[in-house]
Amino acid sequence: MNYSYYPGCSLHSTGLEYGLSTRAVFKHLGLGLTELDGWNCCGASSAHVFDHNLALALPAQTLSLAQAFDRDLVIPCAACYNRLKGADMAMRNDAATRSQLESMLGFQYTGSVAVRPVLAVLAEDVGVKRIAEETRHPLNGLKVVTYYGCLLVRPPEIAQFDDPDNPQVMAELLRAVGAEVMPWSHATDCCGGSLSLSRSDVVQNLVGKLAERAREAGADTIATACPLCQVNLEMRQTAEPKVPAFYFTELLGLAFGLSDSEKWFSKHLIDPRPVLERVAV
Amino acid sequence: MNSNLVLEVDRLSGQQIGLCYHCHKCTAGCPVVDAMQYGPDLLLRMVALGRDDAIFKSRDIWLCVGCYTCATRCPNGINIAATMDGLRQISLARGYAAGERDALLFHRLFMGVVKRFGRSHEAFMLGLFKILSKVPLMNDIPAGIGLFVRGKVPLLPARITASAQVRQIFQRSKK
Ligand code: SF4
Ligand code: SF4
Repeated sequence: MNYSYYPGCSLHSTGLEYGLSTRAVFKHLGLGLTELDGWNCCGASSAHVFDHNLALALPAQTLSLAQAFDRDLVIPCAACYNRLKGADMAMRNDAATRSQLESMLGFQYTGSVAVRPVLAVLAEDVGVKRIAEETRHPLNGLKVVTYYGCLLVRPPEIAQFDDPDNPQVMAELLRAVGAEVMPWSHATDCCGGSLSLSRSDVVQNLVGKLAERAREAGADTIATACPLCQVNLEMRQTAEPKVPAFYFTELLGLAFGLSDSEKWFSKHLIDPRPVLERVAV
Repeated sequence: MNSNLVLEVDRLSGQQIGLCYHCHKCTAGCPVVDAMQYGPDLLLRMVALGRDDAIFKSRDIWLCVGCYTCATRCPNGINIAATMDGLRQISLARGYAAGERDALLFHRLFMGVVKRFGRSHEAFMLGLFKILSKVPLMNDIPAGIGLFVRGKVPLLPARITASAQVRQIFQRSKK
């Protein structure tokens, strides 16, 4: 199976290990990822502040590139996924928006590209059975809570993925590789997102609560699927002991026995290796 | 009692804020409401009452992080996050100074970098933000260094200029 790939800006910087582990896991599973040539920023949390059309046009431009290929478009970053899916939905469902974007960008929308998060591809196209079969080093004893943040699941009419209040897909994948998924009620709480630099106090407060709830749930670590959440979780925790945050793809790669995993973990701001050593996975 | 502001916000956001019956669900779930002066549902009421000046002088519209918790829970299907965007756009058009100066600065710098390079660029962003914001200079320097030594904030952008397509997008939306 081959997919088009949109890494987004974060995966070339703060979310480096999310991109590396996603590629490694796909390769291990025999899935092809072809990065779209010439992709641009999705507009993230900022374009929509200024202009609705700009916020649709930036991701629509990347969709126009993806249309050249007969493949689904796979996106790891929750924010990028939301923006590209939102632009796709707007063009799919609203003829006026579609023709406006078509003339602005000089392309014809075909609707042929399915925009999908990495989580969906692994759960639906690969399946938990195969994920379990690939496991060489089961993560037995590692207690995790799953954390989706906002943009993978909200608003549900755009995200159309998992459950906005009680999502399950990431838990199923992590259970398949032997991790113990602890119940908690904060999987889709907000981390404070783009206020990280301007109002770090607000983000520290939100992230601090998340870490506290994770500890209360008995978790060693928080599994994430968003580079903005992950960096906020790691950069804005102040209370000790800090709870490390993994990308769920790193945990899958570790369980598959991929040799690169050490390289990903060394990129974390909160070193997750002591936790792994403690449970000896 | 619909003020002109209602019409303007509805037009920009594609919402009908007249549907709001102030059940307070949006405010109850808003992650940043503690830092706000009014909170989302009171803001919508103030829009209806035409209290433009108080809205645009408050920090609330600049604190909204677009998490869509409100939009997901609203029993009347109002995308309050979109109305917040509408309010920010009106506030800028009317020349108000943002109630959260540095939140707006972040968005401006981010879009400036995207306009220039076609992609975001953390080192650039962090550097400019450090210089231009009122956030104390030493905040985040350790974290920035932490990211740098882990090879996560390359100093040079992957490409030197935005593609023709991206430049055209900015030109056509006149931003
Ligand atoms: S949730 Fe909807 S109806 Fe309730 S107060 Fe908020 S905007 Fe109004
Ligand atoms: S989208 Fe904005 S107003 Fe709505 S809950 Fe999130 S932060 Fe609050």
